[in-house]
Amino acid sequence: MNKIKTKKTAEELGVKKVFLESGIEVNPIYTAEDIENSSIKHEIPGQYPFTRGIHPSMYRNKPFTIRQYAGFGSPEETNERFQFLIKNGQTGLNVAFDLPTQCGLDSDDPRAFGEVGRVGMSIDTLEDFEIAFKNIDLDKITVSLTINGTAIIAIAMYIAMAEKNGYNISNLRGTAQNDILKEFIGRGTWIFPVDKSVKLVVDTIEYCAQHVPKYSPVSVCGYHIRESGANPIQEMAYAFCIAKAYSDGALSRGISIDDFASRLSFNFDIYGNLFEQVAKFRGGRRLWAKIIREEYGAKKESSSWLRMIAGGGGGGLTKEQPLNNIIRSSYYALISALSGTQTMALCSYDEAYTIPTEHSAEISLRTMQIMIHEMGVCDTVDPLGGSYYVEALTDRFEKDIKEEMKTVEKWNGIINAVATGKIQESVSRQAYEREMGVQNGTVPKVGVNIFVREEESKEVEFHPYNQEAAENQIKKLHKVKSSRNHQKVQECLEAIKKDAEQNKNLMPSVIAAVKEYCTVGEIVNAMKEVYGEFKEPIFF
Amino acid sequence: MKVLLSKPGLDGHDVGVKVLAHGLIDAGFEVVYTGLRKTIEEIVDTAITNKADIIGMSILSGTHLVLAKKMNEVMQQKKLSIPWFVGGNIPAKDIEKLKQLGAHNAFPTGSKIADVVNYFNTLKVNV
Repeated sequence: MNKIKTKKTAEELGVKKVFLESGIEVNPIYTAEDIENSSIKHEIPGQYPFTRGIHPSMYRNKPFTIRQYAGFGSPEETNERFQFLIKNGQTGLNVAFDLPTQCGLDSDDPRAFGEVGRVGMSIDTLEDFEIAFKNIDLDKITVSLTINGTAIIAIAMYIAMAEKNGYNISNLRGTAQNDILKEFIGRGTWIFPVDKSVKLVVDTIEYCAQHVPKYSPVSVCGYHIRESGANPIQEMAYAFCIAKAYSDGALSRGISIDDFASRLSFNFDIYGNLFEQVAKFRGGRRLWAKIIREEYGAKKESSSWLRMIAGGGGGGLTKEQPLNNIIRSSYYALISALSGTQTMALCSYDEAYTIPTEHSAEISLRTMQIMIHEMGVCDTVDPLGGSYYVEALTDRFEKDIKEEMKTVEKWNGIINAVATGKIQESVSRQAYEREMGVQNGTVPKVGVNIFVREEESKEVEFHPYNQEAAENQIKKLHKVKSSRNHQKVQECLEAIKKDAEQNKNLMPSVIAAVKEYCTVGEIVNAMKEVYGEFKEPIFF
Repeated sequence: MKVLLSKPGLDGHDVGVKVLAHGLIDAGFEVVYTGLRKTIEEIVDTAITNKADIIGMSILSGTHLVLAKKMNEVMQQKKLSIPWFVGGNIPAKDIEKLKQLGAHNAFPTGSKIADVVNYFNTLKVNV
């Protein structure tokens, strides 16, 4: 019997063609034929290659962790906001730091003027960590430190703070962003040259594998790469290349893949087409599992899990008609849940132009809670699994991400591609093209280029800057500096320099230094003396 | 006309400034970009060395008033009259304040590239 051919393409059906942001053409109809050769028919959640999720029962067992990004002003204010979020049912903390802390400057550095405590919490010494995490049960709440250029110091402070509070660090959980390679592509808080920066990341991986095995020292970020202009395929491909670069570094220290791979996690972006994002995560999860098992020869099941925080992207939000962002973020949350994320965070509706207010942060929290408790997203694993469209797209994403990773190899690998500005150049061109699309209307955006409201009030509530808090932070820093053991401080800083010169792992000497209340700026300057600083290639 | 685009302060958000760089080039301007984390002094020196006709500063961390005040001081010290602009995360109520601090104008996020291009073109007559 002849098979009846279904009309499926845009041409056959006489409708307009549709392309995803990734450039993939979408058919108006998908049928069983489209997944005839797909491996999905034999795949089960919780089993290699984990396309359908890394755990057998996923959210039925435990919903994803809600971890809103917070932290501003002083460590004291940050502690207050943490207590507020925990009281309201948040299960993880995602800590924001101010720019001086992220760039390795103390609060009293002239270059930090006007920035202390502005976009996050300011940290000068271990004392600030002690204040920020006062009365927070680190066994119950997982803490994620959103810091990169100075991540090695922040991780050292977190470990030192936990030890001082009586926690056994061999059981200590938590995450640091600590993905410096993506900082060179977007976000920009690099300090040291690329190779030295990667070396410091590998130091933290090695140290944690040996001493803090439950800690996730790196969260590789596709998020910021996408926000810088990469399409969804590139977002995943570049993140995987970066994760491989750190892994190769760790392997070269003699650590086995199974000793650290399960502690690598990822941070991805969500905005744009719903199905494209879901396929991106499902296809990406399958590919990452294959890379870790087939290329790296991991034996442990959990080594090949793509564990991720997938959050609503700021890039999708608009300053125009800001309340629409609540609706957008609800869809992003749904996408994240349908993609089997481990952790979720949403940008608040006002985050396109300011630091979220307590009110807007609460709406984000409630958005996720409504989804968990009222929408049934936790009832069954991978509810889109088996959809002809989603599965066909998932297969396509796996293939296309793999191809894009080969392009990076042609650029002599990700470290070189970043150091020479190759990736920065390509994503910034795409960001421009996309922005032009929004400005000329070919990329529809509600409230921006369609359904625009004429009488738009541009005035919005803005997070105030607290100069007094900044001055208090400086006073506190000077007080700590005058009360510490000066000789020990000098010895610790010398030890860091010596270890850096001898190419040793810097974690032990940095932990020793923070315990003596050496400042972030002092430690960074000691490292700079040996490593030098990154010279930014100017590309746009 | 030559435009110097710059990133003063510690803010590393450079998507917007790079988008504008592309837009200005496509509109026929010559563009020099400083890269991240420059001091106001460094930016002004770069403008002088490159004989820039216009200086643009991209600021998204909320530090625009602090940095604009500094810019005003440095421009006065050096007795320069290069028109300078601020772009980025600028609340509407701060635009007037920026102008009082000596900024020629400010372009908050959401501004159209065409509007910036048109505005810069009107300066041509005076440069």
